[in-house]
Amino acid sequence: MMLIPCPWCGPRDESEFHYGGQAGVAYPAEPDALSDSEWAKYLFFRENPKGPFRERWSHSAGCRRWFSLVRDTVTNEVLR
Amino acid sequence: MSQPFRTASGGLVDRGRALAFLFDGREYEGHPGDTLASALLANGVHRVSSGIRTGRPRGIFAAGVEEPNALVQIEEPFPEPMLTATTVELYDGLVARGLRGQGRLAADPDPGRYDGMYAHCDVLVIGAGPAGLAAAMVAASSGARVVVVDDQIRAGGSLLGTGEHLVWVDRVTAELEAAPEVRLLTRTTAFGYYDDNYVVAVQRRPGLPEHRARERVWRIRARRVVLATGAHERSLAFAGNDRPGVMLAGAARTYVNRYGVLPGRRAVVLTGNDSAHDAARDLAAAGVEIAAVADLRDGWAITGVAGTERVEAVTLRAPDGIERRLEADLLLVSGGWNPVGALYSQAGGRLVFDPGLAAFRPDGNCRQALEVAGAAAGSYKLGVCLAEGAAAGKRAAEAAGLVAGEIVLPAVTEPEVTPPLAVWTLPGGDPATAFVDLQRDVTVADLTRATGTGMRSAEHVKRYTTAGTAHDQGKTSGALTSGVIAELLGVEVGALGVTTFRPPFTPVSFAALAGRNRGMRFDPVRVTALHAWHEANGALFENVGQWRRPWYYPREGEDMAAAVLRECWAAREGVAMMDASTLGKIDVRGPDAAVFLDRLYTNMISTLAPGAIRYGVMCRPDGMVFDDGTVIRLAEDRFLVTTTTGNAAAVLDWMEEWLQTEWPELRVHCTSVTEQWATVALVGPDSRRVLATLAPALDVSREGFPFMTWRDTEVAGLEARVCRISFSGELAYEINVSWWDAVTLWEALLAAGAPLGITPYGTETMHVLRAEKGYPIIGQDTDGTVTPHDLGLSWAVSRKKADFLGRRSFSRTDTARPDRKQLVGLLPDAGTLLPEGSHLLTGPDETAALGHVTSSYHSAALGRTFALALVRGGRGLIGQTLWATLDDGVTPVAVTGSVLYDPEGTRRDG
Repeated sequence: MMLIPCPWCGPRDESEFHYGGQAGVAYPAEPDALSDSEWAKYLFFRENPKGPFRERWSHSAGCRRWFSLVRDTVTNEVLR
Repeated sequence: MSQPFRTASGGLVDRGRALAFLFDGREYEGHPGDTLASALLANGVHRVSSGIRTGRPRGIFAAGVEEPNALVQIEEPFPEPMLTATTVELYDGLVARGLRGQGRLAADPDPGRYDGMYAHCDVLVIGAGPAGLAAAMVAASSGARVVVVDDQIRAGGSLLGTGEHLVWVDRVTAELEAAPEVRLLTRTTAFGYYDDNYVVAVQRRPGLPEHRARERVWRIRARRVVLATGAHERSLAFAGNDRPGVMLAGAARTYVNRYGVLPGRRAVVLTGNDSAHDAARDLAAAGVEIAAVADLRDGWAITGVAGTERVEAVTLRAPDGIERRLEADLLLVSGGWNPVGALYSQAGGRLVFDPGLAAFRPDGNCRQALEVAGAAAGSYKLGVCLAEGAAAGKRAAEAAGLVAGEIVLPAVTEPEVTPPLAVWTLPGGDPATAFVDLQRDVTVADLTRATGTGMRSAEHVKRYTTAGTAHDQGKTSGALTSGVIAELLGVEVGALGVTTFRPPFTPVSFAALAGRNRGMRFDPVRVTALHAWHEANGALFENVGQWRRPWYYPREGEDMAAAVLRECWAAREGVAMMDASTLGKIDVRGPDAAVFLDRLYTNMISTLAPGAIRYGVMCRPDGMVFDDGTVIRLAEDRFLVTTTTGNAAAVLDWMEEWLQTEWPELRVHCTSVTEQWATVALVGPDSRRVLATLAPALDVSREGFPFMTWRDTEVAGLEARVCRISFSGELAYEINVSWWDAVTLWEALLAAGAPLGITPYGTETMHVLRAEKGYPIIGQDTDGTVTPHDLGLSWAVSRKKADFLGRRSFSRTDTARPDRKQLVGLLPDAGTLLPEGSHLLTGPDETAALGHVTSSYHSAALGRTFALALVRGGRGLIGQTLWATLDDGVTPVAVTGSVLYDPEGTRRDG
């Protein structure tokens, strides 16, 4: 049970949060300018590193705020 | 004579009270303070169970949670399978029997109560032995919030077994119990260590009245943890090491000192370290004759164990090579001590082999905020344990920003220790009777077979042989197994390592883990304002998400098919009504609300006029349908969106995700109003007459209240919002009132519609009606791989909007394929009801499926059965015959369009 730092509420139990996957994958500004494979990359391809990973969380059972943090996927330590 | 092996005095049992218990059908007595194991030994019972694979007699081997052998089934007061006799606290009326391997679950519900507790603390001390008590005292002196857990019925740890410094233990216990910020939990086993110092422990509370929880699971978040979990003694691998009467030397010492029980009359001691000498001394003092102390470090060896039900004699080979057979009923073994590293390992720490200790110990580099103190860290001298505990408590207090005081520790004088021998297998005898894991019956022969097949990793050998997978979880077997494997492979045991420890440290019942969250508390149950009416009027219910929805309302003598046909008929030919309150409802408000909904829905929403309603489809960016429902424009800047019942929370989450992460510039707020509005669907050709009776101010005419508009008015004297929408194809209204007014509205509709035979209907009829019209249910007729185009909803996909979620994906090669699975109707042979999920084939002997049946019903309106299905290139197959699989063969089905009833839409406006 990780302790996740919500920017509004402070550290809370992991069970209050929903996971949102890799952070920083923006919705493309011009989807039509992308080829099918570039669009597929946006839709389906995500990093899966062993180590630090910037990812999104939502404090869904609390203030409902979305935010990003960097977590070490090996140790579950929240790095920043 | 009762309890012939109980000493005349001494120990920590209450000799003034006798507890009667039954084991394997025989009556015995013990005392408060006994475990089932110590009480059995006091009565001379060693054999408790049999080996699960070998059937060999098995006895009591240890004195605590590390017991791998003495497996019992509790029969009374409530059946509990597979407990170890060493961990069962004796109580009056206990009925138990020995168990060969597997137990039996109770057939009746457990009458006991279980609960969960939460605690937050600065310092959590696990283990109340000398190190743990010292740590707790020091931490408590700083004013820190301290929780101490210990699995025994009283604090003291190893001191209870050695009988030393018990006055100090009692004093410290009393001080901790009196300290306002300290919580001392005995009979509490920490069994799981998770991220960020989250520790889960189970507390046993025997002897409480039935209305109180017999076990509680504590979930503790600690700023800092002190692991003072002590050490477990391990065995040696030699032929016959499983016979009843073979016992860990430290356990025998515990039985004598703590329980006042002699585990035998005449003992042989076999050891590779100093501790067994202390055990021999204590046993001798209590009256056990010590036939020999064979120290492997001096060149002694064991060559035979005689006796089947119980050890009868032990044959030793002296350093001079001469073999001697010694009569004995007890063989005490000590292969060394393993620091209890299970929780450290769970916390993410690594265990390393320490040649000086001849054991694996914590490496001291765990990333979590913890300290390891005392024997758990590999420090076996009492004075060192106390000092390490005190230092750990001080550091833990300082980490919380507090200053610890000084405490007085007992003065300890200890002899110098001779280094232990790292010894695993003792040669000679049959390796198939030299056990490393007694509960799983794994022997040196099994390990030899495993390494013989080429296995080189302790983890592989564990999975192949099952060594370390029983209750013991490697407590007595782990290091020994690794040691034997290392010998077999000719490698260093430190290089081989031990297997990873995982939760739980000791077995925990599902009942305890569930706590109060069972039965009706397992999952929240949501009911509408009309639930009591539905129940009183005979509705059967189905679960939709967490909602309980009326399924159908059978009348006397009706089965489901008859009831649903009657309900459907009423909706098509007269008037019927349904509680639709569970529909998800979200109020979307703000100057940019229309822009926002344009981006979320595939249709154009911004062109909707206030007062009008539009059906809308939502897709994920991959173009797959995510939800559908109606959008009502209340004002320029305000909409009410409905969602499918099961998806309401997901849709609200979806909206907030996009608003917060991609479109923070949009000025929009979303609020769930599902439980503010109760909704009743009024359906059928006569619905207009019923509504007109109750809403005199409303122009209900075809022209005055057209399809897909809404009106605020009074219905049955209640403030209401009436929507002219239809999920059945019939003339229909959805009447929304305050949740509080639902019953008034419902009963008014019933009364007003009575002359017309108004009929309440449930979800099954709703499904039939909508399926007859080809309206898909998201999640039933779709599965996350279906686009609006696949469903035949291209009309709901805007070509004018610059962008919306899913749009780009419709032109992806895969999404634009003409042979995608499409929603079609199926007409089977008369009377055949296709099973939902049935596969669709091109011929009776084909095996490759083109798709599957998603919905299948009897239709009152069509007078036949029909189905909806997703079929590859389905719209191109209309008019052709496919074959649907049944349990016992196939049946032909005609493919049709998905709208089977009133395709022209003539009934919509009444």
